[in-house]
Amino acid sequence: MADPQLLSNVRALVGRQYGRVYAWDEVNAPMIRQWCEIMGVENPLYTDPAFALGTPHEGLIAPPAMLQVWTMEGFHANHYPPGSTDENPYEVLKLFEQYGYNSVVAVNSELSFTRPLRLGEKLYYTTRLDAVGDEKTTALGTGFFVTLVMSHFVEKAGGDEPVGELLFRVFKFRPANAQPAAPAPAASAAPAKAKRPQPGISDDTRFFWEGCAQGQLLIQRCTACATLRHPPAPVCIQCHSFDWDTVQASGRASLYSFVVMHYPEVAPFDHPNPIGLIELEEGVRLIAGLVGIEREQLQIGQRLQVEFQTFDDALTLPLFRPVGE
Amino acid sequence: MTSKNTKRFEDVRPGEVLPELAVPITVGLITGGAIATRDYFPGHHDLEAARALGSPHIFMNILTTNGLVQRYVESWAGPLATFTSLKIKLGAPNYPGDCMTFSGSVTRQDADTRTVEVTLSGKNSMGNHVTGTVALVLP
Repeated sequence: MADPQLLSNVRALVGRQYGRVYAWDEVNAPMIRQWCEIMGVENPLYTDPAFALGTPHEGLIAPPAMLQVWTMEGFHANHYPPGSTDENPYEVLKLFEQYGYNSVVAVNSELSFTRPLRLGEKLYYTTRLDAVGDEKTTALGTGFFVTLVMSHFVEKAGGDEPVGELLFRVFKFRPANAQPAAPAPAASAAPAKAKRPQPGISDDTRFFWEGCAQGQLLIQRCTACATLRHPPAPVCIQCHSFDWDTVQASGRASLYSFVVMHYPEVAPFDHPNPIGLIELEEGVRLIAGLVGIEREQLQIGQRLQVEFQTFDDALTLPLFRPVGE
Repeated sequence: MTSKNTKRFEDVRPGEVLPELAVPITVGLITGGAIATRDYFPGHHDLEAARALGSPHIFMNILTTNGLVQRYVESWAGPLATFTSLKIKLGAPNYPGDCMTFSGSVTRQDADTRTVEVTLSGKNSMGNHVTGTVALVLP
């Protein structure tokens, strides 16, 4: 549970407006051209004055995704152009840090554009602390989603004009598995490919995975009453005997039910990812991946046959493939 | 090369799928993108600083991701498509040596404002680096 004093201090800040942060440079062709060059943006509307003149814009405009670029502080941290505010729009994050929520990750960046920016225009933005959510626990850890809205304006003699907005959301959290940052090996130029997650193996389940590695689908059997059971468990569900051995299933089965995972797409799995609840002809069911079939062709009751595939040279899994009647 | 022909609103089919775009992720793109967006955070150009943060390598900054998203959608829509929003959600980092492949499709069309919404993802070897939507007004 979050500390009540922290929540009270944070809520007192929500809705607060922070002063102007100015752009160092006016919207200009060299910065635009260099941005286009590195991004691979080849739209002549940003770089070719003759082309731009002949469009409804009647001249060069800035790429929309550059909106934030103009007001970036640059090389010297916390050194903003003259006239900029001394206030820190991120002060709420410091409050969280006092309570141990030390990590931060950007979650959302939502740009919206009122109109294109033209050469020579000078920008500034103001910030509003828009929202702080309730304490949430995610895969990263426990913390708070913090949303800031930066409203961008162009200075004009007759009154400044709004040109666009940035909604920026971060997750400020206590890491779930706090570990000291281990330096990566010096030669690790390429990122590691995602691997299949390994199962947790216990004394009750080891036979199943060792069977898979041998290309055998093994099912637990009570040696007192001969009842089959899966997933593996220490006690017979019928007679409560602790004694068991295994039988090798034929691998012939039928599709009892299924789901198809579309989202989220998690490496290294293929998507869409069909997963079956499979009824073995011996009478027990298990969950396994389905291969060799399109989602549209999946049918409850269809005949399946087990096969084994080894992933990452480490993990052998039973998968089921449709077979003829 | 961006075509100099801009798609007209009437040209867009519901559910139309955009051609994929593969972007090789390099040290040059990450550092160059960071500097071109005036982002001097060390994790985007300094390998030692990135490792001290627990990353295996320098990682792409958000503003470069935004630029690449713009490029992807604009190269399909043409030069005179007017962006009204570019909303992204961030996922797996982009590290050098990886490749990010964009895919996307048209998910909404509003004839009154001639607005088309494209929903897209940019996927690298670890999963989605970016997912999001872009709204465009077409001639």
